[in-house]
Amino acid sequence: MKERVLYDARQTRTTIDAFLDGLASRYREHVDAFPDQPLQIVGIRRRGDTLARRLEARLSSAGVTVPQLGVLDITLYRDDFSPSRPQPMVSPSEIPFEVEGAHIWLVDDVFQTGRTIRAALNQLSDFGRPRCVTLAVFIDRQMRELPICPDVVGLELERPSDERVQLHLEEVDGVENVVGVVHGE
Amino acid sequence: MNEVEAKPVWHRRNLLDINSLSREEIEALFKTAHSFREVSTRSVKKVPALRGQVVVNLFYEPSTRTRISFTLAAQRLSADVVDFIADASSISKGETLVDTANNIIAMGVDTIVLRHPAPGAARFLASNVDVAVVNAGDGAHSHPTQGLLDLYTLLDNLGSLEGRRVAIVGDISHSRVARSGMLAFRKFGAEVVLVGPPTLVPRSFSELEGVTISHSLDAVLGDVDAICLLRMQRERQGAGLFPSLEEYSRLFGMNSERLQRCRDDVLILHPGPMNRGIEITPDVADGERSRVLAQVTNGLAVRMAVLYMVAGGSA
Repeated sequence: MKERVLYDARQTRTTIDAFLDGLASRYREHVDAFPDQPLQIVGIRRRGDTLARRLEARLSSAGVTVPQLGVLDITLYRDDFSPSRPQPMVSPSEIPFEVEGAHIWLVDDVFQTGRTIRAALNQLSDFGRPRCVTLAVFIDRQMRELPICPDVVGLELERPSDERVQLHLEEVDGVENVVGVVHGE
Repeated sequence: MNEVEAKPVWHRRNLLDINSLSREEIEALFKTAHSFREVSTRSVKKVPALRGQVVVNLFYEPSTRTRISFTLAAQRLSADVVDFIADASSISKGETLVDTANNIIAMGVDTIVLRHPAPGAARFLASNVDVAVVNAGDGAHSHPTQGLLDLYTLLDNLGSLEGRRVAIVGDISHSRVARSGMLAFRKFGAEVVLVGPPTLVPRSFSELEGVTISHSLDAVLGDVDAICLLRMQRERQGAGLFPSLEEYSRLFGMNSERLQRCRDDVLILHPGPMNRGIEITPDVADGERSRVLAQVTNGLAVRMAVLYMVAGGSA
Protein backbone atom coordinates (compact mmCIF):
# COMPACT_ATOMS: atom_id res chain seq x y z
CA MET A 1 0.00 0.00 0.00
CA LYS A 2 1.49 3.30 -1.07
CA GLU A 3 0.28 6.56 0.36
CA ARG A 4 1.25 10.02 -0.83
CA VAL A 5 0.19 13.35 0.52
CA LEU A 6 -1.65 15.38 -2.09
CA TYR A 7 -2.53 18.34 0.13
CA ASP A 8 -0.66 19.08 3.33
CA ALA A 9 -2.21 20.32 6.56
CA ARG A 10 -2.06 24.00 5.68
CA GLN A 11 -3.45 23.58 2.16
CA THR A 12 -6.17 21.24 3.41
CA ARG A 13 -7.29 23.61 6.16
CA THR A 14 -7.40 26.58 3.81
CA THR A 15 -9.43 24.66 1.26
CA ILE A 16 -11.85 23.27 3.85
CA ASP A 17 -12.30 26.76 5.31
CA ALA A 18 -13.18 28.15 1.90
CA PHE A 19 -15.60 25.25 1.30
CA LEU A 20 -17.31 25.79 4.66
CA ASP A 21 -17.41 29.58 4.15
CA GLY A 22 -19.22 29.04 0.86
CA LEU A 23 -21.67 26.62 2.47
CA ALA A 24 -22.28 28.95 5.40
CA SER A 25 -23.16 31.88 3.19
CA ARG A 26 -25.48 29.70 1.07
CA TYR A 27 -27.08 28.51 4.29
CA ARG A 28 -27.61 32.08 5.48
CA GLU A 29 -29.10 33.06 2.12
CA HIS A 30 -31.56 30.18 2.38
CA VAL A 31 -32.55 31.08 5.94
CA ASP A 32 -33.03 34.73 4.95
CA ALA A 33 -35.10 33.81 1.90
CA PHE A 34 -37.19 31.07 3.55
CA PRO A 35 -37.24 31.78 7.29
CA ASP A 36 -40.04 29.29 7.89
CA GLN A 37 -38.27 26.40 6.12
CA PRO A 38 -35.56 24.94 8.31
CA LEU A 39 -32.57 23.57 6.47
CA GLN A 40 -31.43 20.27 7.95
CA ILE A 41 -27.78 19.27 7.79
CA VAL A 42 -26.92 15.55 7.65
CA GLY A 43 -23.32 14.31 7.67
CA ILE A 44 -22.28 10.91 6.43
CA ARG A 45 -20.16 9.00 8.91
CA ARG A 46 -17.27 9.31 9.31
CA ARG A 47 -15.83 12.65 8.28
CA GLY A 48 -18.88 13.90 6.45
CA ASP A 49 -20.39 14.25 9.92
CA THR A 50 -17.20 15.92 11.13
CA LEU A 51 -17.39 18.48 8.31
CA ALA A 52 -21.07 19.00 9.14
CA ARG A 53 -20.13 19.74 12.74
CA ARG A 54 -17.56 22.29 11.61
CA LEU A 55 -20.18 23.93 9.43
CA GLU A 56 -22.59 24.02 12.35
CA ALA A 57 -19.95 25.62 14.59
CA ARG A 58 -19.19 28.21 11.92
CA LEU A 59 -22.86 29.07 11.52
CA SER A 60 -23.63 29.32 15.20
CA SER A 61 -20.62 31.54 15.85
CA ALA A 62 -22.06 33.80 13.13
CA GLY A 63 -25.34 33.84 15.04
CA VAL A 64 -27.26 31.44 12.79
CA THR A 65 -29.23 28.79 14.65
CA VAL A 66 -28.92 25.37 13.05
CA PRO A 67 -31.35 22.56 13.85
CA GLN A 68 -29.75 19.52 15.48
CA LEU A 69 -27.48 17.73 13.01
CA GLY A 70 -28.27 14.35 11.52
CA VAL A 71 -25.72 11.59 11.05
CA LEU A 72 -26.02 8.71 8.59
CA ASP A 73 -24.06 5.48 8.80
CA ILE A 74 -24.55 3.85 5.41
CA THR A 75 -22.85 0.52 6.23
CA LEU A 76 -26.09 -1.49 6.10
CA TYR A 77 -26.98 0.01 2.71
CA ARG A 78 -23.73 -0.86 0.96
CA ASP A 79 -23.99 -2.69 -2.33
CA ASP A 80 -20.73 -4.59 -2.04
CA PHE A 81 -21.65 -7.36 0.41
CA SER A 82 -19.71 -10.54 -0.16
CA PRO A 83 -19.79 -13.72 1.90
CA SER A 84 -16.62 -14.82 3.69
CA ARG A 85 -15.52 -11.24 4.18
CA PRO A 86 -15.88 -9.87 7.70
CA GLN A 87 -18.73 -7.42 8.01
CA PRO A 88 -17.76 -3.80 8.54
CA MET A 89 -18.68 -2.36 11.93
CA VAL A 90 -21.96 -0.48 12.02
CA SER A 91 -22.65 2.65 14.01
CA PRO A 92 -26.09 4.04 14.70
CA SER A 93 -27.59 6.67 12.43
CA GLU A 94 -29.11 9.68 14.16
CA ILE A 95 -31.86 11.58 12.41
CA PRO A 96 -33.31 13.87 15.10
CA PHE A 97 -35.89 15.54 12.83
CA GLU A 98 -38.84 14.65 10.63
CA VAL A 99 -37.46 13.69 7.21
CA GLU A 100 -40.89 13.86 5.58
CA GLY A 101 -41.01 17.13 3.64
CA ALA A 102 -37.62 18.34 4.90
CA HIS A 103 -35.00 20.23 2.94
CA ILE A 104 -31.75 18.42 3.63
CA TRP A 105 -28.12 19.19 3.01
CA LEU A 106 -26.20 15.98 2.74
CA VAL A 107 -22.51 16.44 3.55
CA ASP A 108 -19.72 14.00 2.74
CA ASP A 109 -15.95 14.16 2.62
CA VAL A 110 -14.93 12.51 -0.65
CA PHE A 111 -17.13 11.73 -3.61
CA GLN A 112 -15.41 8.69 -5.15
CA THR A 113 -17.99 6.87 -7.26
CA GLY A 114 -21.40 7.95 -6.03
CA ARG A 115 -22.15 4.65 -4.31
CA THR A 116 -22.02 6.07 -0.80
CA ILE A 117 -24.51 8.73 -1.83
CA ARG A 118 -26.77 6.14 -3.48
CA ALA A 119 -26.75 4.27 -0.15
CA ALA A 120 -27.35 7.45 1.85
CA LEU A 121 -30.33 8.45 -0.31
CA ASN A 122 -31.87 4.99 0.07
CA GLN A 123 -31.42 5.20 3.80
CA LEU A 124 -32.88 8.69 4.03
CA SER A 125 -35.97 7.51 2.19
CA ASP A 126 -36.46 4.85 4.89
CA PHE A 127 -36.93 7.72 7.33
CA GLY A 128 -39.38 9.58 5.13
CA ARG A 129 -39.71 11.51 1.88
CA PRO A 130 -37.58 14.64 1.93
CA ARG A 131 -38.81 17.56 -0.14
CA CYS A 132 -35.34 18.23 -1.45
CA VAL A 133 -31.80 16.95 -0.91
CA THR A 134 -28.72 18.98 -1.77
CA LEU A 135 -25.36 17.23 -1.88
CA ALA A 136 -22.21 18.98 -0.65
CA VAL A 137 -18.89 17.15 -0.85
CA PHE A 138 -15.49 18.47 0.00
CA ILE A 139 -13.58 16.52 -2.66
CA ASP A 140 -14.98 15.40 -6.00
CA ARG A 141 -12.87 12.75 -7.74
CA GLN A 142 -14.64 13.43 -11.05
CA MET A 143 -15.05 9.67 -11.33
CA ARG A 144 -18.69 8.58 -11.51
CA GLU A 145 -20.07 5.07 -11.51
CA LEU A 146 -23.68 6.13 -11.01
CA PRO A 147 -25.71 9.03 -12.38
CA ILE A 148 -25.27 11.07 -9.20
CA CYS A 149 -23.29 14.27 -8.89
CA PRO A 150 -22.69 16.78 -6.11
CA ASP A 151 -24.28 20.22 -6.01
CA VAL A 152 -21.52 21.90 -4.04
CA VAL A 153 -17.85 20.91 -4.26
CA GLY A 154 -14.89 22.19 -2.24
CA LEU A 155 -12.09 20.71 -4.34
CA GLU A 156 -12.05 18.97 -7.70
CA LEU A 157 -9.31 16.41 -7.86
CA GLU A 158 -8.55 14.27 -10.87
CA ARG A 159 -6.40 11.32 -9.90
CA PRO A 160 -5.59 7.92 -11.45
CA SER A 161 -8.59 5.62 -11.03
CA ASP A 162 -6.64 3.01 -9.03
CA GLU A 163 -5.84 5.61 -6.40
CA ARG A 164 -8.16 6.14 -3.42
CA VAL A 165 -8.37 9.69 -2.21
CA GLN A 166 -8.75 10.07 1.55
CA LEU A 167 -9.37 13.13 3.63
CA HIS A 168 -7.91 13.08 7.12
CA LEU A 169 -9.40 15.38 9.71
CA GLU A 170 -7.92 16.46 13.02
CA GLU A 171 -10.96 15.34 15.06
CA VAL A 172 -10.97 11.81 13.61
CA ASP A 173 -7.43 11.11 12.49
CA GLY A 174 -5.28 13.45 14.57
CA VAL A 175 -3.87 14.92 11.35
CA GLU A 176 -5.29 17.06 8.62
CA ASN A 177 -4.41 16.31 5.00
CA VAL A 178 -5.52 14.77 1.72
CA VAL A 179 -3.74 11.59 0.68
CA GLY A 180 -3.84 9.29 -2.33
CA VAL A 181 -3.60 5.57 -1.53
CA VAL A 182 -2.65 2.93 -4.06
CA HIS A 183 -3.17 -0.69 -3.04
CA GLY A 184 -0.94 -3.54 -4.15
CA GLU A 185 2.79 -3.32 -4.93
CA MET B 1 -17.48 3.60 -0.36
CA ASN B 2 -15.65 4.88 2.65
CA GLU B 3 -12.79 2.77 3.86
CA VAL B 4 -13.73 0.75 6.91
CA GLU B 5 -12.10 2.27 9.95
CA ALA B 6 -12.06 -0.34 12.67
CA LYS B 7 -10.42 -3.65 11.89
CA PRO B 8 -13.15 -6.29 11.99
CA VAL B 9 -12.78 -8.64 14.95
CA TRP B 10 -15.60 -11.02 14.02
CA HIS B 11 -14.60 -13.76 11.54
CA ARG B 12 -16.88 -16.56 12.72
CA ARG B 13 -19.31 -18.19 10.42
CA ASN B 14 -21.13 -19.85 13.32
CA LEU B 15 -22.36 -18.97 16.78
CA LEU B 16 -22.31 -22.23 18.71
CA ASP B 17 -21.77 -21.35 22.35
CA ILE B 18 -20.60 -18.58 24.66
CA ASN B 19 -17.38 -20.15 25.76
CA SER B 20 -15.56 -19.95 22.45
CA LEU B 21 -16.27 -16.22 22.05
CA SER B 22 -13.66 -13.69 23.10
CA ARG B 23 -14.62 -10.61 25.02
CA GLU B 24 -13.60 -8.52 21.99
CA GLU B 25 -15.93 -10.48 19.73
CA ILE B 26 -18.82 -9.97 22.14
CA GLU B 27 -18.05 -6.26 22.36
CA ALA B 28 -18.06 -5.97 18.56
CA LEU B 29 -21.34 -7.85 18.47
CA PHE B 30 -22.89 -5.53 21.09
CA LYS B 31 -21.69 -2.44 19.27
CA THR B 32 -23.49 -3.77 16.22
CA ALA B 33 -26.58 -4.64 18.27
CA HIS B 34 -26.60 -1.10 19.59
CA SER B 35 -26.82 0.20 16.02
CA PHE B 36 -29.61 -2.22 15.24
CA ARG B 37 -31.65 -0.94 18.18
CA GLU B 38 -31.75 2.36 16.32
CA VAL B 39 -33.14 0.60 13.23
CA SER B 40 -36.03 -0.71 15.31
CA THR B 41 -37.05 2.84 16.20
CA ARG B 42 -37.46 3.97 12.56
CA SER B 43 -40.74 4.13 10.75
CA VAL B 44 -39.34 1.68 8.18
CA LYS B 45 -37.84 -0.92 10.50
CA LYS B 46 -35.75 -2.59 7.87
CA VAL B 47 -32.28 -2.28 6.40
CA PRO B 48 -31.05 -4.00 3.22
CA ALA B 49 -27.94 -5.56 4.79
CA LEU B 50 -28.88 -9.22 4.10
CA ARG B 51 -31.01 -8.68 1.03
CA GLY B 52 -31.28 -11.85 -1.05
CA GLN B 53 -30.09 -14.13 1.73
CA VAL B 54 -32.15 -16.95 3.16
CA VAL B 55 -32.30 -17.87 6.84
CA VAL B 56 -33.92 -21.13 7.93
CA ASN B 57 -35.23 -21.71 11.43
CA LEU B 58 -34.62 -25.44 11.84
CA PHE B 59 -36.41 -26.27 15.06
CA TYR B 60 -36.53 -29.74 16.60
CA GLU B 61 -38.09 -28.40 19.81
CA PRO B 62 -41.11 -26.20 20.18
CA SER B 63 -40.23 -22.57 20.79
CA THR B 64 -42.33 -19.64 19.79
CA ARG B 65 -40.54 -16.61 21.12
CA THR B 66 -36.98 -17.52 20.14
CA ARG B 67 -38.18 -18.42 16.65
CA ILE B 68 -40.17 -15.23 16.27
CA SER B 69 -37.25 -13.19 17.53
CA PHE B 70 -34.91 -14.78 14.96
CA THR B 71 -37.54 -14.38 12.26
CA LEU B 72 -38.02 -10.68 12.94
CA ALA B 73 -34.27 -10.19 13.24
CA ALA B 74 -33.72 -11.74 9.81
CA GLN B 75 -36.60 -9.82 8.28
CA ARG B 76 -35.35 -6.50 9.60
CA LEU B 77 -32.11 -7.23 7.76
CA SER B 78 -34.15 -7.98 4.61
CA ALA B 79 -33.30 -11.68 4.56
CA ASP B 80 -35.97 -14.19 3.60
CA VAL B 81 -36.99 -16.59 6.35
CA VAL B 82 -38.32 -20.11 6.23
CA ASP B 83 -39.44 -22.13 9.23
CA PHE B 84 -38.69 -25.82 9.30
CA ILE B 85 -40.44 -27.33 12.28
CA ALA B 86 -39.08 -30.83 12.39
CA ASP B 87 -41.30 -32.63 14.86
CA ALA B 88 -43.98 -33.55 12.40
CA SER B 89 -42.06 -34.03 9.17
CA SER B 90 -38.80 -35.75 8.25
CA ILE B 91 -37.67 -36.60 11.76
CA SER B 92 -40.59 -38.97 12.11
CA LYS B 93 -39.53 -40.58 8.86
CA GLY B 94 -36.05 -41.27 10.19
CA GLU B 95 -34.03 -38.66 8.29
CA THR B 96 -30.78 -37.61 10.00
CA LEU B 97 -30.09 -34.03 11.06
CA VAL B 98 -27.35 -33.60 8.45
CA ASP B 99 -29.54 -35.05 5.68
CA THR B 100 -32.39 -32.74 6.62
CA ALA B 101 -30.04 -29.77 6.72
CA ASN B 102 -28.41 -30.61 3.39
CA ASN B 103 -31.82 -30.96 1.79
CA ILE B 104 -32.71 -27.49 2.96
CA ILE B 105 -29.31 -26.10 1.95
CA ALA B 106 -29.77 -27.54 -1.54
CA MET B 107 -32.60 -25.07 -1.97
CA GLY B 108 -30.13 -22.22 -1.55
CA VAL B 109 -29.92 -21.31 2.10
CA ASP B 110 -27.27 -19.10 3.70
CA THR B 111 -27.85 -19.49 7.45
CA ILE B 112 -29.42 -22.19 9.60
CA VAL B 113 -30.75 -21.28 13.04
CA LEU B 114 -30.90 -24.59 14.90
CA ARG B 115 -32.89 -25.53 17.99
CA HIS B 116 -32.28 -29.15 18.98
CA PRO B 117 -32.70 -31.25 22.14
CA ALA B 118 -29.23 -32.85 21.86
CA PRO B 119 -26.29 -31.00 23.46
CA GLY B 120 -23.65 -30.37 20.79
CA ALA B 121 -26.12 -30.62 17.90
CA ALA B 122 -25.22 -27.16 16.59
CA ARG B 123 -21.49 -27.86 16.60
CA PHE B 124 -22.09 -31.22 14.92
CA LEU B 125 -24.19 -29.59 12.23
CA ALA B 126 -21.72 -26.74 11.70
CA SER B 127 -18.89 -29.19 11.06
CA ASN B 128 -20.97 -31.13 8.53
CA VAL B 129 -22.60 -28.46 6.42
CA ASP B 130 -21.37 -25.55 4.34
CA VAL B 131 -23.57 -22.72 5.60
CA ALA B 132 -23.54 -20.48 8.67
CA VAL B 133 -25.03 -22.12 11.77
CA VAL B 134 -26.50 -20.28 14.76
CA ASN B 135 -27.30 -22.26 17.88
CA ALA B 136 -30.75 -21.36 19.18
CA GLY B 137 -30.51 -23.84 22.05
CA ASP B 138 -29.03 -27.35 22.14
CA GLY B 139 -30.28 -29.44 25.05
CA ALA B 140 -28.95 -28.30 28.41
CA HIS B 141 -25.70 -27.21 26.77
CA SER B 142 -26.01 -23.69 25.44
CA HIS B 143 -28.39 -20.97 24.30
CA PRO B 144 -25.82 -18.38 23.30
CA THR B 145 -28.14 -15.65 22.04
CA GLN B 146 -30.05 -15.78 25.35
CA GLY B 147 -26.81 -15.51 27.33
CA LEU B 148 -25.73 -12.63 25.12
CA LEU B 149 -29.00 -10.72 25.40
CA ASP B 150 -28.97 -11.14 29.18
CA LEU B 151 -25.41 -9.83 29.27
CA TYR B 152 -26.33 -6.98 26.91
CA THR B 153 -29.26 -6.02 29.13
CA LEU B 154 -27.08 -6.00 32.25
CA LEU B 155 -24.34 -3.95 30.56
CA ASP B 156 -26.94 -1.56 29.19
CA ASN B 157 -28.20 -0.92 32.73
CA LEU B 158 -25.00 -1.18 34.76
CA GLY B 159 -22.34 0.07 32.33
CA SER B 160 -19.83 -2.52 33.45
CA LEU B 161 -19.98 -5.86 35.24
CA GLU B 162 -16.56 -5.62 36.91
CA GLY B 163 -17.05 -6.28 40.60
CA ARG B 164 -20.79 -6.84 40.22
CA ARG B 165 -22.62 -9.88 41.56
CA VAL B 166 -25.32 -11.64 39.59
CA ALA B 167 -27.57 -14.39 40.96
CA ILE B 168 -29.03 -17.05 38.68
CA VAL B 169 -31.94 -18.72 40.43
CA GLY B 170 -33.76 -21.94 39.67
CA ASP B 171 -33.20 -25.25 37.94
CA ILE B 172 -29.54 -24.76 37.05
CA SER B 173 -29.02 -28.45 36.23
CA HIS B 174 -31.32 -28.57 33.25
CA SER B 175 -30.82 -25.00 32.07
CA ARG B 176 -28.85 -23.95 29.00
CA VAL B 177 -29.91 -20.39 29.85
CA ALA B 178 -28.09 -20.65 33.19
CA ARG B 179 -24.93 -22.04 31.59
CA SER B 180 -24.86 -19.42 28.85
CA GLY B 181 -25.60 -16.57 31.25
CA MET B 182 -23.03 -17.72 33.78
CA LEU B 183 -20.26 -17.94 31.17
CA ALA B 184 -21.21 -14.63 29.56
CA PHE B 185 -21.33 -12.72 32.87
CA ARG B 186 -17.99 -14.20 33.95
CA LYS B 187 -16.31 -13.05 30.73
CA PHE B 188 -17.21 -9.49 31.67
CA GLY B 189 -15.97 -9.74 35.25
CA ALA B 190 -19.15 -10.38 37.24
CA GLU B 191 -19.23 -12.81 40.13
CA VAL B 192 -21.99 -15.33 39.70
CA VAL B 193 -23.94 -17.02 42.46
CA LEU B 194 -26.06 -19.99 41.45
CA VAL B 195 -29.12 -20.36 43.64
CA GLY B 196 -31.48 -23.32 43.90
CA PRO B 197 -32.27 -26.49 45.80
CA PRO B 198 -29.29 -28.89 46.05
CA THR B 199 -30.97 -31.30 43.66
CA LEU B 200 -31.09 -28.68 40.92
CA VAL B 201 -27.62 -27.09 41.22
CA PRO B 202 -24.64 -29.18 40.05
CA ARG B 203 -22.02 -28.98 42.79
CA SER B 204 -19.20 -29.08 40.24
CA PHE B 205 -20.07 -25.54 39.08
CA SER B 206 -18.58 -24.16 42.30
CA GLU B 207 -15.17 -25.21 40.98
CA LEU B 208 -15.40 -22.51 38.31
CA GLU B 209 -13.55 -19.34 39.17
CA GLY B 210 -15.87 -16.56 40.29
CA VAL B 211 -18.85 -18.88 40.67
CA THR B 212 -20.39 -19.77 44.04
CA ILE B 213 -23.46 -21.79 45.00
CA SER B 214 -26.13 -20.95 47.51
CA HIS B 215 -29.17 -22.96 48.48
CA SER B 216 -30.89 -19.97 50.02
CA LEU B 217 -32.24 -17.12 47.94
CA ASP B 218 -32.85 -15.10 51.12
CA ALA B 219 -29.13 -15.32 51.96
CA VAL B 220 -28.02 -13.61 48.73
CA LEU B 221 -30.79 -11.04 48.19
CA GLY B 222 -29.08 -7.99 49.67
CA ASP B 223 -25.81 -8.89 48.07
CA VAL B 224 -26.47 -8.90 44.34
CA ASP B 225 -26.85 -6.34 41.55
CA ALA B 226 -29.09 -8.50 39.41
CA ILE B 227 -31.22 -11.60 39.73
CA CYS B 228 -31.82 -13.82 36.72
CA LEU B 229 -34.77 -16.07 37.39
CA LEU B 230 -35.14 -19.28 35.41
CA ARG B 231 -38.36 -20.80 34.25
CA MET B 232 -39.32 -23.64 36.58
CA GLN B 233 -40.45 -26.35 34.25
CA ARG B 234 -43.64 -27.90 35.51
CA GLU B 235 -42.64 -31.21 33.95
CA ARG B 236 -39.89 -31.50 36.54
CA GLN B 237 -42.42 -31.66 39.34
CA GLY B 238 -42.91 -35.25 40.38
CA ALA B 239 -39.43 -36.25 39.26
CA GLY B 240 -38.38 -36.21 42.91
CA LEU B 241 -36.09 -33.18 42.51
CA PHE B 242 -38.12 -30.89 44.76
CA PRO B 243 -41.22 -31.53 46.85
CA SER B 244 -43.72 -29.27 45.08
CA LEU B 245 -44.05 -26.07 43.03
CA GLU B 246 -45.62 -24.42 46.08
CA GLU B 247 -42.59 -25.15 48.18
CA TYR B 248 -40.24 -24.11 45.39
CA SER B 249 -42.10 -20.84 45.08
CA ARG B 250 -41.93 -20.25 48.86
CA LEU B 251 -38.17 -20.79 48.96
CA PHE B 252 -36.97 -19.55 45.56
CA GLY B 253 -39.76 -17.43 44.12
CA MET B 254 -39.17 -13.71 43.70
CA ASN B 255 -41.90 -11.65 45.36
CA SER B 256 -42.32 -8.09 46.56
CA GLU B 257 -41.34 -8.96 50.12
CA ARG B 258 -38.02 -10.36 48.87
CA LEU B 259 -37.59 -7.42 46.50
CA GLN B 260 -37.78 -5.11 49.55
CA ARG B 261 -34.69 -6.79 50.91
CA CYS B 262 -32.74 -6.31 47.68
CA ARG B 263 -30.69 -3.27 46.79
CA ASP B 264 -32.85 -0.42 45.53
CA ASP B 265 -31.35 -0.65 42.06
CA VAL B 266 -31.44 -4.43 41.67
CA LEU B 267 -32.36 -5.71 38.19
CA ILE B 268 -34.76 -8.60 37.72
CA LEU B 269 -34.37 -10.70 34.56
CA HIS B 270 -36.35 -13.65 33.27
CA PRO B 271 -35.91 -15.37 29.88
CA GLY B 272 -39.62 -16.08 29.53
CA PRO B 273 -42.10 -17.55 29.33
CA MET B 274 -42.77 -16.68 32.98
CA ASN B 275 -44.70 -18.88 35.38
CA ARG B 276 -46.37 -16.07 37.26
CA GLY B 277 -46.83 -17.07 40.86
CA ILE B 278 -44.08 -19.70 40.78
CA GLU B 279 -40.61 -18.26 40.13
CA ILE B 280 -41.87 -14.68 40.00
CA THR B 281 -44.96 -12.88 41.30
CA PRO B 282 -46.87 -10.56 38.96
CA ASP B 283 -46.02 -7.42 40.95
CA VAL B 284 -42.30 -8.12 40.56
CA ALA B 285 -42.63 -9.18 36.92
CA ASP B 286 -44.43 -5.95 36.06
CA GLY B 287 -42.60 -3.79 38.59
CA GLU B 288 -40.03 -1.09 37.99
CA ARG B 289 -37.03 -3.32 38.70
CA SER B 290 -38.07 -5.82 36.05
CA ARG B 291 -36.13 -5.80 32.77
CA VAL B 292 -38.10 -8.64 31.21
CA LEU B 293 -39.44 -6.67 28.27
CA ALA B 294 -36.11 -4.91 27.72
CA GLN B 295 -34.63 -8.39 27.39
CA VAL B 296 -37.06 -9.15 24.58
CA THR B 297 -36.27 -5.88 22.75
CA ASN B 298 -32.54 -6.34 23.24
CA GLY B 299 -32.83 -9.96 22.13
CA LEU B 300 -34.05 -8.84 18.75
CA ALA B 301 -31.13 -6.42 18.34
CA VAL B 302 -28.60 -9.03 19.50
CA ARG B 303 -30.00 -11.63 17.07
CA MET B 304 -29.86 -9.11 14.24
CA ALA B 305 -26.22 -8.54 15.11
CA VAL B 306 -25.52 -12.28 15.19
CA LEU B 307 -27.15 -12.92 11.81
CA TYR B 308 -25.35 -9.92 10.34
CA MET B 309 -21.94 -10.96 11.66
CA VAL B 310 -22.07 -14.65 10.71
CA ALA B 311 -23.13 -13.70 7.17
CA GLY B 312 -19.63 -12.32 6.63
CA GLY B 313 -17.84 -15.03 8.58
CA SER B 314 -15.48 -17.57 7.13
CA ALA B 315 -14.02 -19.56 10.02
